[in-house]
Amino acid sequence: MENLLIEVKNLEKTYLDGETQTRALSGVSFNIKEGEFVAVMGPSGSGKSTLLHILGFLDDYTKGTYYFDGKDASKYSQQEIARVRNKKMGFIFQAFNLLPRTTVLENVKLPLLYSGTKEFLWNKTAEEAIGQVGLSHRINHETSQLSGGEKQRVAIARALVNEPPVIFADEPTGNLDSKSGSQVMEIIEKLNNEGHTIILITHETYTAEYAQRIIKLKDGLIESDDQVTQRRRNALNSFNK
Amino acid sequence: MTFKNSFKTAIRGLQTNGSRSALTILGIVIGITAIILIMSLGQGAQDLILNQVKGLGSNTIIIEPGREPQGPSDFSSIFTDSLKDRELKALQMKSNVPGLLDITPVVVSNNNVSFENEVKTFNIVGCSELMAKITGVYPQEGDFYTQEQIQQIAQVAVIGFEVKDNLFGDSSALNKEIRIKNKIFKVIGILPQKGTVGLFNVDKAVFIPYTTAQKYLSGTNYYNEFIARAVDEKSVLYTVQDIKVTLRELHNISDPEKDDFHIVTQEDIAQRVGTVTSILTVFLAAIAAISLVVGGIGIMNIMLVSVTERTREIGLRKALGATDKNILTQFLLESVLLTSIGGLVGILLGSFFSFLSAIILTQVVGSNWVFTVSINAILLGLGVSAFVGLVFGLYPARSASRKSPMEALRYE
Repeated sequence: MENLLIEVKNLEKTYLDGETQTRALSGVSFNIKEGEFVAVMGPSGSGKSTLLHILGFLDDYTKGTYYFDGKDASKYSQQEIARVRNKKMGFIFQAFNLLPRTTVLENVKLPLLYSGTKEFLWNKTAEEAIGQVGLSHRINHETSQLSGGEKQRVAIARALVNEPPVIFADEPTGNLDSKSGSQVMEIIEKLNNEGHTIILITHETYTAEYAQRIIKLKDGLIESDDQVTQRRRNALNSFNK
Repeated sequence: MTFKNSFKTAIRGLQTNGSRSALTILGIVIGITAIILIMSLGQGAQDLILNQVKGLGSNTIIIEPGREPQGPSDFSSIFTDSLKDRELKALQMKSNVPGLLDITPVVVSNNNVSFENEVKTFNIVGCSELMAKITGVYPQEGDFYTQEQIQQIAQVAVIGFEVKDNLFGDSSALNKEIRIKNKIFKVIGILPQKGTVGLFNVDKAVFIPYTTAQKYLSGTNYYNEFIARAVDEKSVLYTVQDIKVTLRELHNISDPEKDDFHIVTQEDIAQRVGTVTSILTVFLAAIAAISLVVGGIGIMNIMLVSVTERTREIGLRKALGATDKNILTQFLLESVLLTSIGGLVGILLGSFFSFLSAIILTQVVGSNWVFTVSINAILLGLGVSAFVGLVFGLYPARSASRKSPMEALRYE
């Protein structure tokens, strides 16, 4: 049996905004195995972003349990959380979140700064990651000179530079045209094929269908949790090509 | 993350906001410049005055009439007539003050000195030939007057360099007759240019026998002060004691509080000068320090703006694995680096202005103003500026490190 990477039981999240309580998650339960490619879908306000933030240790939860890599998330110290974010997770954001006035190489090197990797390996490691997303020719460009698709590919290189087992992608194609969107999704799919677990947040069906499994959220609850048939995926892939 | 990399990250952070960083440190630059300049000038002034005081010689003892002034309003006590011939004779007796090498009474006045049509006011110092030994200034032309001339109440004068220059210009002054208070004095000696030696400017003085000064100029029978020399430096202390005992006995004083004279040694003067200039320097430096506080608040302000502006960057760094400590270190280092650079620039500017001032002051004061910027001043400048960065950077850095990565990433 494959290892469970993520185990979530009755997860709840309530935001307190002054006097009013907003419930973003009202008790969701699911497991994610190593190597899975899961898309989390749902309309805005369904709680999908909140879920991703909690899974990525970027936000805390109100109730329920969350085990990451076999350990209760509430038992992780601040130091360990920073380490998990650095070594075990990669993040891809809708808004890219690259450092302005900084080169592609420097941006991709950023996680290495906090990783304890020996400094003489930084450039080589970062260059390899940039090569994987096909941007070697842009390595010394400042990020402001890149197109949206290229920016997101830099963000992907940054997410995988520490070879984390799981990569979180929060609407990675949301700011892109469909052509660069598919390019980005193909890279993400390739990463999955290489063994990375992918957790993708999206509201676009065509992006979600790169995944093997789609979890649909509505009003803070899981509406459906389905495996995507191989046949549909193949058809989709050939359609995109 | 190693300290070296935190340092690099901080420098990169400052570089991306180059011109703003430069403007931010202006307050620190000005503050440190002012402190360095003030400390340098204070040190220069102190050195200058102390050197002049040292010109008196370390075994010199000055006996002044009246008790020691207790404050600015107490100056009336100086103008007493407690030092006369009787006191001079008593002090000259070896049995009274064995450690005394020699002693001269001094009668000082300001008077017009004229030669032909040239008239100018100078210090007229009535004293004995001992004055030459005490100041170490001997005539470059002619001679000082002798003991006999003093006894004869001779109308002779030894004139300072500037006096000669003012009254005679380039022509010879020796054996010419000058007038002081309508009395004719023969110039028998001309002193070389020496500036201030001890506590008065030798160049602007006319020396005449004290007997002559009393008879023709002051018309009094008392002296303004006695200047004496102990046989050597070691005997100054007990010689001062012997002088006190002798004068108290002579004046029937049992309570030292009621002394009608006081004694000043070179060491006393040096100490007083040192205290005064130190207090002045500290006082002025404290005023300059205000600008550092203002500069520090400016730094804090800008760092807070920078933290807010870079909220997303902070969130991102945290999402990529930066710990709170990494973020705190980065922003604290940026702030300390910023102020330290300001301090460094301030030290350079301050040293430059001190150097410039030394050149100008040498021209103005006419004596050798020595340019000094002490290691202490430099270390203080660097230390203070780094400290300002640390103190005023702490709050912004803490608020940066405490940002939640999720909220930070959402920040627009």
